[in-house]
Amino acid sequence: MSANQLALWYLVASVLFILALKGLSSPVAARRGNLFGMIGMAIAVLVTLAITKKVAFILIAAVIGGMIGAFVARRVQMTQMPQLVAAMHSLVGMAAVLIAVAVVNNPAAFGEHDPLPGGSRFELFIGSFVGAITFSGSVIAFGKLAGLGKMFRLFSSAPVVYKGQHPLNLILAIVMIGFGVAFFLAEGKAWTPFLVMLAIAFALGVLIIIPIGGADMPVVISMLNSYSGWAAAGIGFSLNNSMLIIAGSLVGSSGAILSYIMCKAMNRSFISVIMGGFGAAEGAAAAGSADKTVRSGSAEDASFLLANAESVVIVPGYGLAVARAQHAVKEMAQKLIAKGVNVRYAIHPVAGRMPGHMNVLLAEAEVPYDQVFEMEDINGELGTTDVVLVLGANDVVNPLAHEKGSPIYGMPIIEAHKARTVLVNKRSMAAGYAGLDNPLFYMDKTMMVFGDAKKVVEDLVKALE
Amino acid sequence: MTGAIDPTIVNLVVFVLAVFVGYHVIWNVTPALHTPLMSVTNAISSVIIVGAILAAGPYETDFGAILGAVAVGLAAVNVFGGFLVTQRMLEMFKKKAPKAEKEKA
Repeated sequence: MSANQLALWYLVASVLFILALKGLSSPVAARRGNLFGMIGMAIAVLVTLAITKKVAFILIAAVIGGMIGAFVARRVQMTQMPQLVAAMHSLVGMAAVLIAVAVVNNPAAFGEHDPLPGGSRFELFIGSFVGAITFSGSVIAFGKLAGLGKMFRLFSSAPVVYKGQHPLNLILAIVMIGFGVAFFLAEGKAWTPFLVMLAIAFALGVLIIIPIGGADMPVVISMLNSYSGWAAAGIGFSLNNSMLIIAGSLVGSSGAILSYIMCKAMNRSFISVIMGGFGAAEGAAAAGSADKTVRSGSAEDASFLLANAESVVIVPGYGLAVARAQHAVKEMAQKLIAKGVNVRYAIHPVAGRMPGHMNVLLAEAEVPYDQVFEMEDINGELGTTDVVLVLGANDVVNPLAHEKGSPIYGMPIIEAHKARTVLVNKRSMAAGYAGLDNPLFYMDKTMMVFGDAKKVVEDLVKALE
Repeated sequence: MTGAIDPTIVNLVVFVLAVFVGYHVIWNVTPALHTPLMSVTNAISSVIIVGAILAAGPYETDFGAILGAVAVGLAAVNVFGGFLVTQRMLEMFKKKAPKAEKEKA
């Protein structure tokens, strides 16, 4: 196959990748889009295999990896998606680093001059350091999301902060760039500056992610998604491969947009998320709640309100997923629908641990997606809703977000407080991630139903019979 | 203004245009599918496997070729894992539609 033919096949694959992403504009088109993506990948791999000499050797590696991937994809639980995605980012990052090392080792295998010209070295430097940061950063993110904090302190979901953290990172970044420049200017293979640069990049990946914790994880995971794309694009530059550049840029911009959306949804600036430390002062708040009283009721009381409502909006939070109550919620919703109640779900963009997570968790519980609404789409209707049922959510329904001077002022919320009646299920009166008290809980129209989400919802189902 | 265009410039052109395409395509993705978006982008960025194949490809199996083979393995985990888990999630969004119709009827 000539280089031109190869490039044309790569173009076909690139277009198929764009179609795969375009398909995600609706659930129906998305499945066809995913198929396009698979075909694109198959084309890219097959035509590349056609120009290599050791097909068997490569296939063995591909089959082993493919089997692991397929196994994990079948077995993973939807609540574990964030850690799976983090693990997958780390693999892209590591693959980028390994390829970069192989290019330095033997540029001729990639059709490059030996020794590498300066321009290629520069591109290689970018691809490999971004890859290294993606790898080690994603490993830390994986540990945090999988809750391995007890095993290893750096995996703690609480931010790891210390004095001089940011100056240290800055100095390391400058030193890393210094070695990158040395690699760019050096003669011959220049292993020393290259490997030192890589080692610093691996360390930086760890140091950048450890101060970020808790509620900021959706931003971190999106950000690493973006990095993994830029790493692939960087390798594409060094190999002069347009397909890799296109695929990498698509992924890079996707991750960047998701990071932006997540920051917006939490009303946090990207910089403040990166600086980390948010949530370090957990448990410090909930001040002044002692003199206020809450009205609490039983599941039976709640079921009475629900059954007599015309319209009910359910606001699920991550607490619901932790309690594995999605299926019970769906059962409850079906009971209510059978009684003629209009039941809908309202999803805040950061309701789960990653963008769109809550939608997938509800889909897994077989909640029809036409009952599930995004925050902006349903907020306008909450004023005419009879009952809003808040399950395991807190900060995303906190009306303080509308009050100037509050720490979360300006954060977009689901306006549960506008409904005629509000039912809130929580395990206790503890504050949410933001460490704030929630005035919603003390409103006259609010009834608290304390207890584990799954237990409470199951009781509701029984009471509705 | 003579001479061939440097490949790096060509790469840059492709890069800038691809970022534009990405920007416009991604804003059209429905928020409900942001998790499948992340898993499918994972699969797509694993097209880096192409570079890994080239690294593993040369005749003599030296240190670089071994690294290449490892990279092929790692990327293959993502290629299969990414597309299959995306498909699994999208299937969940599919089953509902006919059921919802029945419930309404």
